[in-house]
Amino acid sequence: MGKTLFQKIWDAHVVKQLEDGQALLYIDLHLVHEVTSPQAFAGLRFANRSVRQPTQTYATMDHNVPTVNPSDVRDAIAKKQIETLMENCRDFNVSLADLDSPHQGIVHVIGPELGLTLPGKTIVCGDSHTSTHGAFGALAFGIGTSEVEHVLATQCLWQTHPKTMRVQLNGSLKPGITAKDVILGLIAKYGVNFGTGHVIEYAGTLIPSLSMEQRMTICNMSIEFGARAGLIAPDETTIEYVKGRAHAPQGEAWEAAVAEWKELRSDADAQFDVDIVFDIDDLEPQVTWGTNPGQGGSVNGFVPNPADAKSDVERRAIAQALEYMGLEPGTRISDIPIQHVFIGSCTNARIEDLRLAAAVVKGRKVADGVHAMVVPGSKQVKQQAEAEGLDKIFKEAGFEWREPGCSMCLGMNPDIIPAGERSASTSNRNFEGRQGRGARTHLVSPAMAAAAAIAGHFVDVRTFEVEGVTA
Amino acid sequence: MEPLVKHEGKVVCMNRVNVDTDQIIPKQFLKRIERDGFGEFLFYDWRYEPNGNPRPSFELNTERAQGASILLADANFGCGSSREHAVWALQDYGFRVVIAPSIADIFFNNCFKNGVLPIVIDQQVRNELAQSHERGEWERMTVNLADQVLETDHGQRIAFDVDSHKKYMLMNGLDDIGLTLQYQAEIEAYEAKRKAYQFVY
Ligand code: SF4
Repeated sequence: MGKTLFQKIWDAHVVKQLEDGQALLYIDLHLVHEVTSPQAFAGLRFANRSVRQPTQTYATMDHNVPTVNPSDVRDAIAKKQIETLMENCRDFNVSLADLDSPHQGIVHVIGPELGLTLPGKTIVCGDSHTSTHGAFGALAFGIGTSEVEHVLATQCLWQTHPKTMRVQLNGSLKPGITAKDVILGLIAKYGVNFGTGHVIEYAGTLIPSLSMEQRMTICNMSIEFGARAGLIAPDETTIEYVKGRAHAPQGEAWEAAVAEWKELRSDADAQFDVDIVFDIDDLEPQVTWGTNPGQGGSVNGFVPNPADAKSDVERRAIAQALEYMGLEPGTRISDIPIQHVFIGSCTNARIEDLRLAAAVVKGRKVADGVHAMVVPGSKQVKQQAEAEGLDKIFKEAGFEWREPGCSMCLGMNPDIIPAGERSASTSNRNFEGRQGRGARTHLVSPAMAAAAAIAGHFVDVRTFEVEGVTA
Repeated sequence: MEPLVKHEGKVVCMNRVNVDTDQIIPKQFLKRIERDGFGEFLFYDWRYEPNGNPRPSFELNTERAQGASILLADANFGCGSSREHAVWALQDYGFRVVIAPSIADIFFNNCFKNGVLPIVIDQQVRNELAQSHERGEWERMTVNLADQVLETDHGQRIAFDVDSHKKYMLMNGLDDIGLTLQYQAEIEAYEAKRKAYQFVY
């Protein structure tokens, strides 16, 4: 029987297999940010240990960075966390993209951007959305702070073998439909726990046509599907993206790597524990109405009625979500007014996402009473966007144009939404309180967020006349 | 983690039962981003007056207690919150051994993770030790983990039990990371044959 892509990467990284099922896995790349690392570094100091492979460790600051003036961190605890990361990186010789670095940004945006993220690697970070890097055919997953310390000290991690799942995405993206709609649609159909215990490989006829940005959006939200990791086999698009990036191999090493990456795919006769097909030809733009990423559907649909739920558990879940979200069953999704628009996060703050949103916004104005902001995923994304004049398009329309960071995705910095107010957000989690206590989050694609900003409520972006987006 | 095979040190006696981890390290210090440096906050609310001056009557503040590294505590020590900060605080302050008639589970396990040896001895024996210590009959103690016996400097010997796996880990200074480092040779062998693209350069 053939091997899955996952199995090939796994096998290539087992340092020691124990009889009780534990495998000691070698970690090629360890990404670090300010929030989940301080106690881990402190642990190293405490035990008088060093970082085993500082050059396979790379840090940035993103979670509690202010996006108006990043160097003006007023929250003393946040400031201390940021300073601590700087000190730790200095003391342990770890590379750090600090606030002054042209490479600073959200950890899952800068890894790929810098060519740190490569096919075939094992990648970990003290952050659940590490699954993003799976878009390159890497085995990438989030870990806790004790594991961060363990990886810093040993460059390895104890793991049990996960199950495998293949999700075949078949069809093509119609105008106005994005990778975000694909992953939101998939989670809405199967539920937020469907991927639990599995590493997912996304395959199917859609994949070859997707850009790396789109693939990252899909893999990013594997975690919202319950999966441990999500990955996509590398192809020409992957190799093209990686080529020439700052940390990508060069010369002979590049040739050797490419030759290997071309073999990195599941064998034709490989078996998966679960194999599903998701048809996307009829997919509509997605909007979540509830308080988990699976509670959503078409922009042309309606807020569901708990009474129509298939089970008691679901009925209570819907009722509870609608109460928090302040929504009435039967409301047209497109009738829901919004007060905030957030275009950002590790899901949708890459250059292509911003281009898409800018195309919708161009020549239009943000609706009265709507506060809209764009937070680029990294300094490099910001710079590129400015070179293309996207910042001007956003600003002229009435958007705020901010500095890179996680920002309103989790509201650890000052960017929070007041209680009872509603946002159209390109981020990945619509949990209660995620964007601020009592804040109501609706997850959408960058194109749909932009359209909502202009309309003041949700609207099918396909009804907008947009160059390159609608026919 | 620092191994502990045998430890000789000064003893301080604390005659309070049910000392919970909230007392060992109060919550206002949990926001700290580090695991070290908690020693100065150990028993904070008992140790200091509200104005920040040391409370002279508190056990650790006496002249005799200065430099102590063995805590002779009383029943149900370390109960309450699971905060590992409690052990970090004791350890950072300088304690390597905690002796009590009973010790709360989570705290007990946390001790082993941080190179602190918790020892459970009989309540009666504990009381007699505390009394003779109070009378000034002895100051110091030798804790021999290898032989599972402790001995006061006036010659009293007391045997104690310890889980063999925990004993092994502590005597060898092993934590989870320590365990992994036993596979150092395998890790090095792996690194020697690793592909160029697995590095960051
Ligand atoms: S952007 Fe949001 S989801 Fe992504 S790493 Fe930052 S806080 Fe986490």
